[in-house]
Amino acid sequence: MALFSKKSKVVLNDPLMNNNPITLQVLGICSALAVTVKMDTAVVMTLAVVAVLSVSNTVIAMLRNFIPSKVRIIVQLAVIASLVILTDQILQAYMYDISKQLSVFVGLIITNCIVMGRAEAFAMQNPPGKSFLDGLGNGLGYGMILIAVSFFRELLGSGTVFGFQIIPDSFYAAGYENMGLMVLSPGAFIILGLIVWVQRIVAKIEED
Amino acid sequence: MRSNSYTLIFTTVVTVILGFFLSLAASALKEQQDLNIEIDIKKNILRSLDFAPSEENPWTPETVQTIFDDYISGIVVDNNGEIVLGKTPEDINSDVDVNLHPIYIKTMSGKINGYAIPISGKGLWSTLYGYFAIEADGVTTKGITFYKHGETPGLGGEVEKPWFQNNYKGKRFIDSSGELIGIQAIKGKVDQTSSEAFHQVDGISGATMTSKGLNKFLLKDLKTYEPFFRRIRSGEGA
Repeated sequence: MALFSKKSKVVLNDPLMNNNPITLQVLGICSALAVTVKMDTAVVMTLAVVAVLSVSNTVIAMLRNFIPSKVRIIVQLAVIASLVILTDQILQAYMYDISKQLSVFVGLIITNCIVMGRAEAFAMQNPPGKSFLDGLGNGLGYGMILIAVSFFRELLGSGTVFGFQIIPDSFYAAGYENMGLMVLSPGAFIILGLIVWVQRIVAKIEED
Repeated sequence: MRSNSYTLIFTTVVTVILGFFLSLAASALKEQQDLNIEIDIKKNILRSLDFAPSEENPWTPETVQTIFDDYISGIVVDNNGEIVLGKTPEDINSDVDVNLHPIYIKTMSGKINGYAIPISGKGLWSTLYGYFAIEADGVTTKGITFYKHGETPGLGGEVEKPWFQNNYKGKRFIDSSGELIGIQAIKGKVDQTSSEAFHQVDGISGATMTSKGLNKFLLKDLKTYEPFFRRIRSGEGA
């Protein structure tokens, strides 16, 4: 199978730009607001979602011809929930501090509309390879926005990037202050709104 | 349309397989997770007792263990404040030994530098768990930390933030007549000129219920240890 044929590239690229799950479909924004105060939590959350989404898409695509349609949502959910719990357990074992900061939001990946949405809309109709790419693309499309939002929130809200101080001390001495708003949820809404705006202009998308 | 028995068998098989993998993962990772929790608790005991990681000495599981072993010793006291000989905090099963209470003592160059006691109780949504540290005089607060809670981030969750915890440092929970009075997180900022300021800290706006819960269980836990600290204050020290 040509995993990197032209068509596969579209499957991977489309959710990054033209059909981004957060900015275009406006899915999964709850966690996009919650875990973007600092960049390290946003990156770990991205990795968790990419892992869950690409594996769940692959598994569901493999099972797609066997899943009875009456119970397909429950089966999808069982697969997704198991993967999320597994991810959470691994984080608790090997990245304890970050897992404490992410707290319930790792568990809430189960209810992230992107994961269920891709399982139902894509993996149920497509072979595992393509579904994997679709999961990867959507996960990265979600993560890209997460990381962009967290970059601005951490820089403007705390003056740091990945915990390293960026704004020099002389700025603070001259009266510069961190924007407290950026640390709170409304800050995420504003940044997210601006990103949606810019992204739609770049992708040349027009509302009907 | 598939038959009902197919559906039933399919879902059973899927459930069993997923369940098997999950329990496999959970038991394989249990040891590492327990270790993380233990180290995290030790970090909190150390932090309440005024230890802090620095750039030269960052806190890794190994360094935390070393600092803990070097400076901290655990004792157990009973309801009368008597030290129970031959017992360490690890021996206590908090479900059974309700009359035994652990104390972690920080010793520096042969002198007692502070005591840390576990505190826990209801906030608004959840039970908070933490440590409260007391100076060697048995009167003054050395520090407070929380390692587990489920309060709203940004509101009650602020209890885990340094700005809130630092306010406790230097506050006294014993009034001038020697009675236990606790420490109260009040509404708004503390009026530093007030005669009550010695046992008050700034509250968290938007988290009145968490603060109230905290005030209450802190007092309750201090009461539990009061017999021991009364001995410390009267010079009968440990």
